[in-house]
Amino acid sequence: MKKLLLALATSAALLGFSAAAGAQDKTKVCFIYVGSKTDGGYSEGHDRGRQELEQALGDKVETAFLENVPEGPDAERAIERMARSGCALVFTTSFGFMDATIKVAQKFPDVKFEHATGFKSSENVGTYNARFYEGRYIQGVIAAKVSKAGVAGYIASFPIPEVVMGINAFMLGAHSVNPDFKVKIVWANTWADPGKEADAAKALADQGVDILTQHTDSTAPMQVAAERGIKAFGQASDMIAAGPETQLTAIVDTWGAYYIKRTQAVIDGTWKPENIWDGLKDGILTMAPYTNMPDDVKKAAEEVEAKIRSGELHPFTGPVKKQDGSDWLAEGEVSDDGTLLGMNFYIAGIDDKLPQ
Amino acid sequence: MGMIEAILLTVITAATPLVIASLGELVTERAGVLNLGVEGMMIMGAAIAFAATQMTGSPYVGVVAGIAGGALFSLLFGFLTLTLVANQVATGLALTILGLGVSGQIGEPYAGMSGVKLQPIAIPLLADIPFLGPLLFRQDLIFYLSIMLVIGINWFLFSSRAGLKLRAIGDNHASAHALGIHVIRTRYLAVMFGGACAGLAGAQLSLVYTPQWVETMSAGRGWIALALVVFASWRPWRVLAGGYLFGAVSISQLHAQAFGIGIPPQFLSSLPYVATVVVLILISHNRRVTLINTPASLGKPFVPDR
Repeated sequence: MKKLLLALATSAALLGFSAAAGAQDKTKVCFIYVGSKTDGGYSEGHDRGRQELEQALGDKVETAFLENVPEGPDAERAIERMARSGCALVFTTSFGFMDATIKVAQKFPDVKFEHATGFKSSENVGTYNARFYEGRYIQGVIAAKVSKAGVAGYIASFPIPEVVMGINAFMLGAHSVNPDFKVKIVWANTWADPGKEADAAKALADQGVDILTQHTDSTAPMQVAAERGIKAFGQASDMIAAGPETQLTAIVDTWGAYYIKRTQAVIDGTWKPENIWDGLKDGILTMAPYTNMPDDVKKAAEEVEAKIRSGELHPFTGPVKKQDGSDWLAEGEVSDDGTLLGMNFYIAGIDDKLPQ
Repeated sequence: MGMIEAILLTVITAATPLVIASLGELVTERAGVLNLGVEGMMIMGAAIAFAATQMTGSPYVGVVAGIAGGALFSLLFGFLTLTLVANQVATGLALTILGLGVSGQIGEPYAGMSGVKLQPIAIPLLADIPFLGPLLFRQDLIFYLSIMLVIGINWFLFSSRAGLKLRAIGDNHASAHALGIHVIRTRYLAVMFGGACAGLAGAQLSLVYTPQWVETMSAGRGWIALALVVFASWRPWRVLAGGYLFGAVSISQLHAQAFGIGIPPQFLSSLPYVATVVVLILISHNRRVTLINTPASLGKPFVPDR
């Protein structure tokens, strides 16, 4: 069954293949998405970036993409297909494409590859990622100021470092306002199952949280929050349409600036493989407008955002203790990126047990 | 609203699509046809129902469109397996794959839109009963339909002449044919009924459960509905019980997590399936009863001799 589903997904991916025949002097930039380009979240974010790239560089580029490419063996075929079709630069946009990207890159030394959110690079493979935790910290600050219950609900996907880092950043932000702020965490064990995300949101609302935040893809939790009259944060895309009176802000993935920068480097002949981890200041993520909150909270959020942008504030700055009470960061100490990228522990003040 | 009431309401919403899709498949299988395309028909129903609702503004038009869409889509399965006598298992899988793809195309213009929710209808007097009223009598149309389907199908299969004929076809199509019962015609109707139910279940997903369209939003519920038919040993009331058991365990595990009881969520997530397997073992320990209920001609092709 699984095989068949994979076959289906690949054929769906091939259907989504859009190749525009163009003149040779155009630089062809290609994208591989794990989801649908209209998923309302992660893959849509990358596709927005692709469209911005087309608008910004106009005649100098042409783009192509494959959507619904499953992580695993099929990814390799999809990436290879792209490389063969004359792409000068290929962005593989999901963590699970990592090994496939490295493998295909070896076969096509003249094609440049960039892999999102991974950690393996080579002579023609660079990596890029966004410091989403900066946005999560701001959300934590807002949550602690807006919540009357003093407890937020967190709908998480899978216990991988990226998600754990997000939970910790959210709570560090909340604790900077209210050291007693609590969080209830529900692992949905899925990235996108609207029904299950809605069920998780209802369970959390029933247990008395008055703020919801999510690390899953659909707008279902936002709809539930709207129905229950509580507040929520959007994820990956601005979800204000699903909750005009509900969304406080959202972390919006804005890969466009990065895609433009890297494509320009290829055109100029200056492209080198790099390991990029950009943040708010680089514009790789942005905060959706601060809405549905009192003016003083909005002002506080904007101040925190400005401090993170200027580098004055790093969310992971000591003193921070781990959940078990041991010291992690000393007063004024800033976490190194390696620890963040491999994060497998909760900070003090989170009552839940981290699934291992 | 009390906590228990709130939890039960969530359970009802989660269980309804499973029960409806499962009931449809039950009738199809009682006629001896195994249609593994429930997931595909369900997602088609969800996409068509959502699209029709967005176009007309009325979720009731959406419900009708979802039912019709599921039934029409199942006709493709009927044609391939009943007229052309293609392999039922392979065709069912193909139907699922096709449904997931085509629904993506239908739904694409509507992705990211906020849908119109099918509003609850309060039944006069009954809705005012404390506790039970809000749970059972302030629900949406599709929930009421799900209960009527259980009662109706149970009556049809075991108390009506047409139901007896349908079961006879499922148990021995050659004998039924010899008696002059229209095997192929009945099976076509049973397949379409299954498709209509799966379409209705899909409409519940995109109009009640989560009023939005997201590709592959059925997320495996069609497969669970298929398993429920076996779980229920082809009896409508057991489908209802099984669907609600599955829903209850799924929702309780989310609540257990939110309470922070410290049990690994991977284990909690698997609980509904574990519970299903345990009950299945308990039910099927009596092989005789199981055999009596299993349609003997299930999945076997039938070519009438001329």
